[in-house]
Amino acid sequence: MATYVAKRLLAVIPVLLGLSIIVFLMMTLIPGDPATAILGNYATPENVARLNAQLGLDKPLPQQYLIWLGNLLQGDLGRSFALNRPVLDEVMERFSATLVLAGAALLLCAVLGLIAGIVSAVNQFGWADRIITLFVLIGISTPSFFLGLMLILGFAVNLRWFPPSGMYAIYGGGDLPDLLYHLVLPAFTLAAVATGVIARLTRTAMLEVLRQDFIRTARAKGVSERRVICVHAFKAALVSVIPVIGIQAGFVLGGAVYIETVFQWPGIGAMLVNAISTRDILLVQGGVLVVAASYVLFNLAADVAQSLLDPRLRR
Amino acid sequence: MTAPLIRIDAVERIFGGGRTLFGRMKPGVHAVQNVSLDIYPGETLGIVGESGCGKSTLARILIGLDAPTGGTVRFKGEDIAAITRKDFNRVARRIQYVFQDPVSSLNPRKTVRAILEAPLKRLRGLGRREREARLNELLDAVNLRTEFLERYPHEFSGGQAQRIAIARALAAGPDLIVLDEPVSALDVSVQAQVLNLLEDLKGRFGLTYVFISHDLSVVESVSDRVAVMYFGRIAEIGPSRSIFADPHHHYTRLLLDTAPAPGRPLHAPGTEGDLPDPYDPPKGCAFAARCPAADELCRSERPGLDAAVANEGHSAACFHPPGKAAAGRHSRNEKT
Amino acid sequence: MSGVISTRRASDRPDAVRLMLNNRLATGGLVVLVAMVTLALLTPLLPLHDPNATSPADRLMRPLSEGHLLGTDALGRDIFSRLVWGLRVTLAVGLSATLIAAFVGSAVGLVAGYAGGRTDNVLMRGIDMLMAFPYILLALAIVAVLGPGLINALYAIAVVNIPFFARNIRGVTLGLARRDFVDAARLSGKSHARILSTEILPNVAPVIVVTMSTTVGWMILETAGLSFLGLGAQPPQADLGSMLGDGRRVLFNAPHVALIPGIAIFLLVMSINLFGDGVRDVLDPRLKSGALTRPIGRTAIDRSATDAPIAKSGNVLDVSGLKAQFDVGSRTLHAVDGVDLSLAPGETLGIVGESGSGKSVTAMAIMGLVPTPPGRIAGGAIQLNGEDLLAATDERIRQLRGGAVSHVFQDPLSTLHPLFTVGDQIVEAIRAHQPLNHRKARERARELLALVRIPNAQSRLDAYPHELSGGMRQRVVIAMALANDAGLLIADEPTTALDVTVQAQILTLINRLRRDKGASILFITHDFGVVSAICDRVAVMYAGRIVETGTTAQILNDPAHPYTRKLIDCVPVLGKPDRRLDAIEGLPPPADDLPDGCAFAPRCPYARPDCRKDDVPLFDLGDERGARCLFPLAGHAS
Repeated sequence: MATYVAKRLLAVIPVLLGLSIIVFLMMTLIPGDPATAILGNYATPENVARLNAQLGLDKPLPQQYLIWLGNLLQGDLGRSFALNRPVLDEVMERFSATLVLAGAALLLCAVLGLIAGIVSAVNQFGWADRIITLFVLIGISTPSFFLGLMLILGFAVNLRWFPPSGMYAIYGGGDLPDLLYHLVLPAFTLAAVATGVIARLTRTAMLEVLRQDFIRTARAKGVSERRVICVHAFKAALVSVIPVIGIQAGFVLGGAVYIETVFQWPGIGAMLVNAISTRDILLVQGGVLVVAASYVLFNLAADVAQSLLDPRLRR
Repeated sequence: MTAPLIRIDAVERIFGGGRTLFGRMKPGVHAVQNVSLDIYPGETLGIVGESGCGKSTLARILIGLDAPTGGTVRFKGEDIAAITRKDFNRVARRIQYVFQDPVSSLNPRKTVRAILEAPLKRLRGLGRREREARLNELLDAVNLRTEFLERYPHEFSGGQAQRIAIARALAAGPDLIVLDEPVSALDVSVQAQVLNLLEDLKGRFGLTYVFISHDLSVVESVSDRVAVMYFGRIAEIGPSRSIFADPHHHYTRLLLDTAPAPGRPLHAPGTEGDLPDPYDPPKGCAFAARCPAADELCRSERPGLDAAVANEGHSAACFHPPGKAAAGRHSRNEKT
Repeated sequence: MSGVISTRRASDRPDAVRLMLNNRLATGGLVVLVAMVTLALLTPLLPLHDPNATSPADRLMRPLSEGHLLGTDALGRDIFSRLVWGLRVTLAVGLSATLIAAFVGSAVGLVAGYAGGRTDNVLMRGIDMLMAFPYILLALAIVAVLGPGLINALYAIAVVNIPFFARNIRGVTLGLARRDFVDAARLSGKSHARILSTEILPNVAPVIVVTMSTTVGWMILETAGLSFLGLGAQPPQADLGSMLGDGRRVLFNAPHVALIPGIAIFLLVMSINLFGDGVRDVLDPRLKSGALTRPIGRTAIDRSATDAPIAKSGNVLDVSGLKAQFDVGSRTLHAVDGVDLSLAPGETLGIVGESGSGKSVTAMAIMGLVPTPPGRIAGGAIQLNGEDLLAATDERIRQLRGGAVSHVFQDPLSTLHPLFTVGDQIVEAIRAHQPLNHRKARERARELLALVRIPNAQSRLDAYPHELSGGMRQRVVIAMALANDAGLLIADEPTTALDVTVQAQILTLINRLRRDKGASILFITHDFGVVSAICDRVAVMYAGRIVETGTTAQILNDPAHPYTRKLIDCVPVLGKPDRRLDAIEGLPPPADDLPDGCAFAPRCPYARPDCRKDDVPLFDLGDERGARCLFPLAGHAS
């Protein structure tokens, strides 16, 4: 098992390198002179010359990449000219806010999705199944940003149960209850779609597993029906659901872009949207890199969890 | 003696292997090792062995779907691997194949007509009119009605589907057909239909068969000569009668003794055991661990196929072949 | 059992459309979708306001206002006009993105899956790179590079969705490329390109359509999303997302400006998803014939049709008039059609028959292990040691399963749970019936493994099924069956999946355990050789009924029923190679359309007109023999 994890960790390195190459190439694909594009409104001739020297933009592409990678490994992602601060500082600050939101949403969608999927499969074609199926359909058909707006309208503006925006109260607050209070609406909104997807796949996976021969064996042994479903079937179904949860982590991390915009959550998604509008390319680059890298780690975790469950995968 | 149609010379097929990125040797599995045999025109050569013995790999090499990693297969003197690299269809015109699972060997989205026309068009280059005539001949040859032409494979039973697969092999007009467990997926009552059909077709079209099976009684009933494979090698080869009457390898003996037959009491193999680890093959005879007659020699040295010669054309890779008297065919030494 | 439920239809095309329309939700989705697409197509012809004409005086008018059906937005533009034009844009972008992604992704998937090896590796590593980015983030990055705008958003969404198609299609192609028909096409002279386009693609096409139908809604959502963020459609152009983005600014005082485009997006995507689910249900072969329905814990019993239990007999098992049916669509398959069996203590009864004869269904019906749906016990009585099993409660059946009656199935790999060690699985079988703690149960499990002659029993307890060979796995299954000293062992083709030498070992093992434990065995097989090795008595089944029964020696040496005779004679016998095989012409009758009279008559060389008239009973031939034949073979005149 330990060797398996070590192997998986090693395999992550080329993926991260590939990511860095794609993110690096982003910059070179921008039409026109990169330095001017990066600096945008701040492009004085001195600034352009300084940036060219700093990033080695006059050198051949592979060399540029190595310089960039070298800077990256030293924690230097460049400087945001719009915000006038190092990209890494801004990105890490924003990213922690996103992690709180995305983590809460991921937990929510995994728990709700699994439960809904199992209930649905066990009561196939029954009322619970139909109601869950309907909610799942609505969940995956509603644009999350629209759902967010509606929840703000309903629960924040009309009912005044939850705050409409932000991560903490502006005056006072800043403690955990305050954070949770602000977290409810955005986390729920962000989790809605992923919950639907996970519920759906859990249902299918359970139905598939329940037809397997080993389920018949369990019944033939005299194992109780509850144990057949909750232990034998669920464990086997979980093996195929875990990678889906891993993929949903990507949807949740990405979907945070909308939710953070709608709820004015000070996360990395909202930052990216602003940075794209102001063409703050280095900030976009840094943000994309950090989120993508974290997603790779999420998937690594899902892989390891899957192989913990399934001995056939440990090789 | 006539010239062989096919001469297999020291063929070897290793799966995996090679080196990793860091230059370490990756483990390879010898699916087929040092197999040499001739196939003569007009005969049926049976190849028998249990799962994992390499018989199917050998079959795929014979028809050019797989290339050996060592040795050669020559068809009328020409290297098959070399031909297939240049022109796959040249081999397909001479050697055809019938798969074990007839349902999986027919494309579910093609009509029988489309399935049978492909070889007529691509391999024989027949025009529309000629194809039509040939289609009728083919269906007639395998005892199927012509209205089946427009149907899809899922509408047929296993036996009918296997006849379609046989008709497709015939369509190419081959000299040799490799039959890979052609009746194993069929019900017993249908097996007989297909076996009888194959026998008729052989005489009618002057075919040569390589008949691969795990079922000894089937192999015995169809084969002129038999090769017994174990762990990627030929354990014994010879005329069918001679092998079944007087096996010279203990593995063949074991197969014969354990094959269930009506009216025969159960025979338990004296020593129980599994196949050797393919990643860590034994140095000597692969069967030594399960063999009642194995000694130090067997475990340290690998017997060649000439180790035991029973008669002209019948030899076995065994240092201590079981004598005729050693164990009668219907021995009653059931272990309890 | 699969043989019983095989569907044979001329073509599934017309059926598919009907199936689709039968699905009310999917039809509803289709109607809404067609309406919206029609509206979008007809937009330029409709008498609408200019969608971009601002009118500051008329800003934020409520819906149903004079001249503005859905009111106006913050710049006084007509919302209905913008909605319809916006729908057009959203649909066009969403569909184009889907088509591009489907085309490129499917092409990559097809080539990677078919070529395999290095090509596959390179292509899929590239796809993995794309997948390594969280979904929307990659679209954002692409837009960031190319600059905001509708066309750039389209490219971004298409690129982001390529991996879904590539992975899905590759998976399916990989499975197809290994199928024998691809090799067969090669041997038919087809080139690789031709095989890919004429053999693989037609099989992959439904998957492409299904993937498209399930992703198009998603892509429309993403199109709207990018526009919502101001990165897609640029003002003044309307699409549904940008309208929602505009509406957000006046959310608190004029919610309808956001509500209307939001609902429009929801309706559009919902209708697409409903329709897409309908398409998937029709095209996904697994969903056909209820393949994805969940079998319940015990076979359904038609209690009105079951018989009162028979008088006490002293037998371990008594089955009388057992009927089991499968409801597949509108057809009812009579898999078991009135079977009588009895099994004395310590006796081994073999049930012999071809696939579809109902032998497995008979065996599985005893403890209610025939899957429902589609299976159902439709009549008869089953008695275990005098206890009426069809009247027993579910809890009582659970106690008996694995307790008094244990099972061994055909394929030991699929029979064992892949994720639990064999030790845990045996322990579970013990503890379901005996009040032992885990440690004691484990000790017992070790003894059981030793009993079935598994070497190194202690260490094998912690092995997973995939780490054992086929023969070892079947020994584990047998050990599990012995865990509670069951009086009856039901073995369904327990050696069919094994090699002959291993088969001999397993049969010897069963034989020895039977002698030591004195258990009765119901042994299902198709092989007379196996029967002769292990069974005391034999029952031969054909088309859901027992056609002959007697002791093994009687049946093998001197069969009375022509079917039995033929079944024995059509198998080659070792040592008698020159015998021409006596094949049985024709096929068994379909289980939903059994002929009148004797079911074997159409294939029987001795059939006379009487055979086709009335049901043939099982005639008693004396000596505990019986044959369901009006004209039994010589020496058995009834």
